[in-house]
Amino acid sequence: MMRLISKNRWTMGLFVVLALLFVVTKIIQPDFGASGVESLARASLPFAFATAAMAVVVIAGGIDLSVASMMAVASVTAAVLMQGASDAMAIPIVILVLVIGVIMGAINGALIVITKVPDIVVTLAMLFVWEGVALLILNAPGGAAADWLEALIVGGTGLLGIPKALIVLAVCVLVVWIPLRRSRLGLSIYAIGSDENAAFRSGIAVGRTRIIAYAICGLFAAMGGLSLTMSTGIGEPIPGPYLLASVAAVVLGGVVLGGGKGGLIGPIVAVFILRLVRMDLTLMSVDPNVTTIVEGTIMVAVVMLGGVLAIRSARS
Amino acid sequence: MNEANSAPAVLDAQGVAKRFGAVSALTDASLTVRAGEVVALMGANGAGKSTFVKILTGALRPDGGHVRIKGRDSTVGNPADARKSGLVPIYQEPSLIPDLDVADNLRLGNTPVEPFLRWVEELGIEGLRLDDMIGDLPLATLRILDLARALAVEPDVLLLDEMTAALPTNLVEQVLRVVRQQADAGRSVIFISHRFAEIAQLCDRATILRDGGTVADLPIEPGIEEKIVELMLGAALERGHIVTSEGQPAHATGRTPRLAVSGLSSGPKLRDVGFDLFPGEVLGVVALEGQGQDELFDVLSGFRRADGGTVRIDGQEASFRHPADAIAKGLTYVPGNRAEALLMERSVRENIALPLLARIRHWGPIRMRDEAARVGEAIDKLQIDTRAQGEVQRLSGGNQQKVTIGRWIATGVETLLLFDPTRGIDVRTKRQIYPLVRELAERGAAILYYTSELDEVQLACDRAIVIFNGRVVDVVDAAHADEQTLMRAAYGLTEQDRAEAVS
Repeated sequence: MMRLISKNRWTMGLFVVLALLFVVTKIIQPDFGASGVESLARASLPFAFATAAMAVVVIAGGIDLSVASMMAVASVTAAVLMQGASDAMAIPIVILVLVIGVIMGAINGALIVITKVPDIVVTLAMLFVWEGVALLILNAPGGAAADWLEALIVGGTGLLGIPKALIVLAVCVLVVWIPLRRSRLGLSIYAIGSDENAAFRSGIAVGRTRIIAYAICGLFAAMGGLSLTMSTGIGEPIPGPYLLASVAAVVLGGVVLGGGKGGLIGPIVAVFILRLVRMDLTLMSVDPNVTTIVEGTIMVAVVMLGGVLAIRSARS
Repeated sequence: MNEANSAPAVLDAQGVAKRFGAVSALTDASLTVRAGEVVALMGANGAGKSTFVKILTGALRPDGGHVRIKGRDSTVGNPADARKSGLVPIYQEPSLIPDLDVADNLRLGNTPVEPFLRWVEELGIEGLRLDDMIGDLPLATLRILDLARALAVEPDVLLLDEMTAALPTNLVEQVLRVVRQQADAGRSVIFISHRFAEIAQLCDRATILRDGGTVADLPIEPGIEEKIVELMLGAALERGHIVTSEGQPAHATGRTPRLAVSGLSSGPKLRDVGFDLFPGEVLGVVALEGQGQDELFDVLSGFRRADGGTVRIDGQEASFRHPADAIAKGLTYVPGNRAEALLMERSVRENIALPLLARIRHWGPIRMRDEAARVGEAIDKLQIDTRAQGEVQRLSGGNQQKVTIGRWIATGVETLLLFDPTRGIDVRTKRQIYPLVRELAERGAAILYYTSELDEVQLACDRAIVIFNGRVVDVVDAAHADEQTLMRAAYGLTEQDRAEAVS
């Protein structure tokens, strides 16, 4: 039990920070309640999916700069196809969009594995490619979303007073992540991120595993794109600020940029922390430009503190 | 031996060839292993041994020849398939994933847990937990876990590549015993090691590689070592000779020592070490694993701070807070790990020239002609194989080590701290390194030379200090520093012997 706690110390710490932030928010804004949590959850949803997408490839020792562009492709594809389509048709459309996400991610991964060009270069190039694709599909915000899909995350609370958006996020992430984490494939993703040579020597198909990691990244990005369309009711071809926000949350969430360490829970909690900090600063009517400075400072300070604590505990 | 010969071959590799661009790494390598045999695969560095191992284990695909395991063709392209065909390798570096715990690593390799734990115990590792993170375990334990993991899947052929190199003596004994049992139970083992004693104790036959081809396949019998060395070195054999400086020994000239250390302590391992190192002298340091020698070199090179004691350089007291302080005082550290000392992606030339340029007084434009002349001279002297001169990382390990030491010839050096410079390199390269060290000393350098191979003291050093349990327990002149004397001292047996001898 103690070991379980010490292994997940970082995530535990993030939950504590999040709880403290809620207390702070309540003090700043005494009428902050269920509706506040609901809107926070809904606003955080695309960020959370982008972060999950980024976390998977970073754990595998890579990075994907095209996350936000893939989200845009998914968002406009869904919005264009759903315009004028029946509610029943929305189900195959959602499945199609998810498949497109997997294919986009797999293309990213395959290019990295086959060309041996560094991941950061390949995905930077693909950032522009997917951005172009999104604009080709829909050159200005538009399209529609099925009503029942919007109702899945918008308005009110679901089970036990938990915001609907949070339930959708939990279900989507857990359905992908739990089976993966328990499978040999999931271990392989950690393995290639931790030590690629050792993984190869252990008989892991490194290239195939890397492509799959990028494909899962594409899948989460597609979910993020769908969540955008679901919450706004339209498709948005210009990628939002999800790329850098996802890297920030991944780092804050305890995933080491070198790969092999961390999980998905920490980064997703980190997303809520970063969104809540931003909301609090807005509530205190702090200059938005100061807000970004504060966010950056928090990131460096927290990661540095984590490093100091790790050294301390290694010494004792 | 005769009955083994009649058994069918479990692994049969014939005429294996491999080229890398213009370089032909293997031309005609072959190896046959029968059931119940332990076969040593031997070769000097650069003979193609690593390439051959990679082909056998499926990490590389050969250009020619065939590898058959149990009669089936197995020229596979990846390690997973080689495992399936029954050959399980244990590589020089651990192949466990550092960020996963033991249980996850076992799941990753589909290793059954029960037999794994049984082997871990059998091999003498106690207190292992399945939720221990691999990254937190010491290197020696990881080597044993690698072996246990391999044994647990009951391989037909076990390949051990320098398995014993990082192990303490007691674990080596366990490993050799278990491996021999495997062979006696009818399995086959390919054993790669630089240590003749282990090969003599364990192996039935030796297959010897030279210049990319198999040159001999001999049964192991007493006195075979010299023959094997001859075969490995081929025509290029240069006899090692004991090099000692002529005239008065450097430490008896009454001069100020270049480096005078007394009462040095740091951390739990380094307790009280003192010695004088004079210009023109090579002072050996002999110690078993973990007796404080790592800490000593770390303190002297500024990587670690001393808790107590003094370091004097040319009579001036010095203390180092940073490696730059040590370098400024003329102390140059050459780590045992070559990767820490070289710029792997850069050329041989640049690596040799680097220390020339690193001195502040050389800021400003680089004097290219001067540099080229000195570097060229160094390359000639080092006899570096320049087929792969583009990047140092493409040189063999021995050649890399020659670059790390030889570049100080081009630069000039006052005090050189060599930490096990010949670890893991072949006999021929070793014999080229000793004269390099001597030449540096003759040019006036003071050299501290830690070695894990006791016979090197007489080949390269003037004197040697022996460290045991963090203290200097003996100082021996090279003339008297035969392996037995050093070994007794290194095990801490000297003091009472001395007392007995005096009384």
